[in-house]
Amino acid sequence: METLNFLLHGFSVALMPEHLMFAAIGALLGTLIGALPGLGPANGVAILIPLAFSLGLSPAASMILLTSVYAGAMYGGRISSILLNIPGDEPAMMTTLDGYPMAMQGKAAEALAISAIASFIGSLLATIGLIILAPILARFALHFGPAEYFALFSLAFATLGGVTGKNQVKTVVAAALGLMISTVGVDISTGNQRYTYNILELYEGVDFIIAIVGLFAVSELLFFIERHISEGAGSATLNKLNLKLSDILHVLPTSLRGSVLGFVAGVLPGAGASLGSFLSYSLEKRIVGKSGHFGQGDPRGVAAPEAGNNAAANGALVPMLTLGVPGSGTTAVLLAMLISLNVQPGPMLFTQNAELVWGVIAALLVGNIMLLILNIPMVGLFVKLLSIPPKYLMPVVTLIAAVGIYSISNSALDLYFMVGFGLLGYLLRKLEVPLVPVILGMLLGPEMERSLRHALTISDGDWSILFSSGLSIGIWVVAFAGLALPYILGPILRRRMENARARMEIEEEAD
Amino acid sequence: MQRSVRKLLLATSLVFATSQSFAFEPARSAECIAPANPGGGWDFTCRSVGKILSDLKYIDGNVQTVNMPGAGGGVAFAHTVSKREGDTALLVAASTATTTRLAQGQFVGMNADQVKWVGALGADYGVIAVSKDSPYKDLNALMDALKEDPTSVKFGGGSAAGGWDHLKVLIAAKAAGVGNLPKIKYLAYSGGGEAITQVVGGHIEGFTGDVSEVLGFVESGDLRVLAVMSEERLPGQYADMPTAKEQGIDAIAPNWRGFYLPAGVPDDAFEWWTKTIDGVYASDNWKQVMQQNGLMPFHKSGPEFTAFVQQQVKEIRDLSTEIGLIK
Repeated sequence: METLNFLLHGFSVALMPEHLMFAAIGALLGTLIGALPGLGPANGVAILIPLAFSLGLSPAASMILLTSVYAGAMYGGRISSILLNIPGDEPAMMTTLDGYPMAMQGKAAEALAISAIASFIGSLLATIGLIILAPILARFALHFGPAEYFALFSLAFATLGGVTGKNQVKTVVAAALGLMISTVGVDISTGNQRYTYNILELYEGVDFIIAIVGLFAVSELLFFIERHISEGAGSATLNKLNLKLSDILHVLPTSLRGSVLGFVAGVLPGAGASLGSFLSYSLEKRIVGKSGHFGQGDPRGVAAPEAGNNAAANGALVPMLTLGVPGSGTTAVLLAMLISLNVQPGPMLFTQNAELVWGVIAALLVGNIMLLILNIPMVGLFVKLLSIPPKYLMPVVTLIAAVGIYSISNSALDLYFMVGFGLLGYLLRKLEVPLVPVILGMLLGPEMERSLRHALTISDGDWSILFSSGLSIGIWVVAFAGLALPYILGPILRRRMENARARMEIEEEAD
Repeated sequence: MQRSVRKLLLATSLVFATSQSFAFEPARSAECIAPANPGGGWDFTCRSVGKILSDLKYIDGNVQTVNMPGAGGGVAFAHTVSKREGDTALLVAASTATTTRLAQGQFVGMNADQVKWVGALGADYGVIAVSKDSPYKDLNALMDALKEDPTSVKFGGGSAAGGWDHLKVLIAAKAAGVGNLPKIKYLAYSGGGEAITQVVGGHIEGFTGDVSEVLGFVESGDLRVLAVMSEERLPGQYADMPTAKEQGIDAIAPNWRGFYLPAGVPDDAFEWWTKTIDGVYASDNWKQVMQQNGLMPFHKSGPEFTAFVQQQVKEIRDLSTEIGLIK
């Protein structure tokens, strides 16, 4: 009941004209970013952070804008998957399997509409899940002392590679790089300077917002310059939509199953949206496999992964808001933004910043409806936007990034840092080292170090405190499972994903 | 009608009188450096005082707030010392955090005598709190426990080790006669809220911070304030919180909000700014700002403030040396 009151109050925040406007802008930009191949939700949010700063938005408005971008990107990813057989972002990869065949059969509009409805259901159910689960988890999170937090951060690092990650060594290298950068500055547990070389500007360490914008947004520009792409991603045409109620009812059970599975995958730290969409698709194929024609344009093959990845995206917000531990790359970026806004995620967020949290949650619901409208009647707009040459887009992105970063602190040094991180990001991506672990290392490193030291201070130096509660032992078990499972399950899952794609390509060639 | 005309005449003549008594003419516009990102305490000090300075026509034009974050105020301090000497149209926001860092030599090669401390107009007072089910009912009970075993109570706060939140515990413990101050355990968190969460969750016993940080948690019943470190009880919603002093422990810890000027400003300019700070502090506009933002009464200006800062720096330096933070 109390939750309902908070939610109603949240709606009064979310429905303020200013916030509605930012939700709409976020949904629009997010869908566009998701639709453009290569630009994923993490990049999208990173690119818009400077915009939020340069407009001087309030914490609520900033978070509404950025979470709408996040949700929009999850919707948008399917557009190029279905029309061009190029996933707009990683989680949308499974959508190509049945989406593109549907488009080949002249049913692109139906595929887009069904996937939008599935996305809507996934997002809606996961938001309801968030509303129910988050306050409970937040209350429970008070039991988390430094030892439990240390175990939890270890869990976040252990599951970093995720089940779909390719090269675990590169993931470790990236995380270590992030941890190293995070040691620069004053060590608050002792008050000592580390790696500051008496340079005043380094005393507070390296700002992770600058690192995020550099690594994601600036490196994107460098990649663009290298590729010299002057054309759009290709043009696509849409047929006239012919969708009956029975078609929607046909995919409804699929969407519901996908949503639940996706939400669970999202809540688990490290798993994220890609796993959500993969699991949903696989499960669906197993359940209705015989009666369907998966891989050849079955509408349920479009609905399952889209419901899964949208649900996972919202599910990943649960650990981020309640524990301050991000469940995915994009939520890591959102977490960095919250901290920059002087909002401390964690157990007390739901009581001390109730207006902000519930405003953002209500905005997720409002934004979801906006996204459904944007993605069914207005989907043609995005199809046209897909053919905008990036040569107009990328300079705008870079301009926004530079202005935004400068407006945070009026310091030219920050701009040099941003460019430096851009070069680093370019280099790392060339070497196929993932960027998200770098950010997580920077973000979680200091917290993890502090938790360990606090635990040892409390226990007067006795290391056994780390394993002294049932809760911490439970987290350690999950962490070790998270570390070991990718080596066992990873190759199997990846092979299946590749097989599924390869099979489809063979069939395509046979046509 | 007639009365308001008379008031106006009186006011103008007063303004005329004050402006005549100084040879110094303030610049048309001024600049206020907030040594942190927008949204923090220093930013608030600059923006709110700046607005009143132009509203009350101390400054004809605008007072522009410039954010200059870095090194906990060190970047702005270095900038003021090295580039702005003698600039009479510049204010820099400061607080106890500034004096703490200066006292501990964290702004390498710089000290408090390199600028002119012009005045403070309000403070947030230190507070020591415990969770609602803590066995400690008052400050003396807590201090007695520390006297028996300095490691028996672990404190958490939002500043780094050796920072102002850490020092508040030590100031109180020292005043209460606790020996072995370096043994008292302090856990540094990145914000007061995070430390409070750990106290409420029962993982650590004591919270040290500013009174504005605990208000929400005291109202919700999660925290119990053992002592406010002010001269006398604070007004308004804070009136129920006992002071350390009334419990026989003479520990005062104001986190004041004020300004310094660059070195080399002429005496008449320093005097003008001193009187101006006095005027702002006395104005109704400022009283309203203080009330809205939970600022407590605290006012010192000119030579009195300079002496206060020097004394505070000395005390912090002694305390930091005693706990082995500086050598």
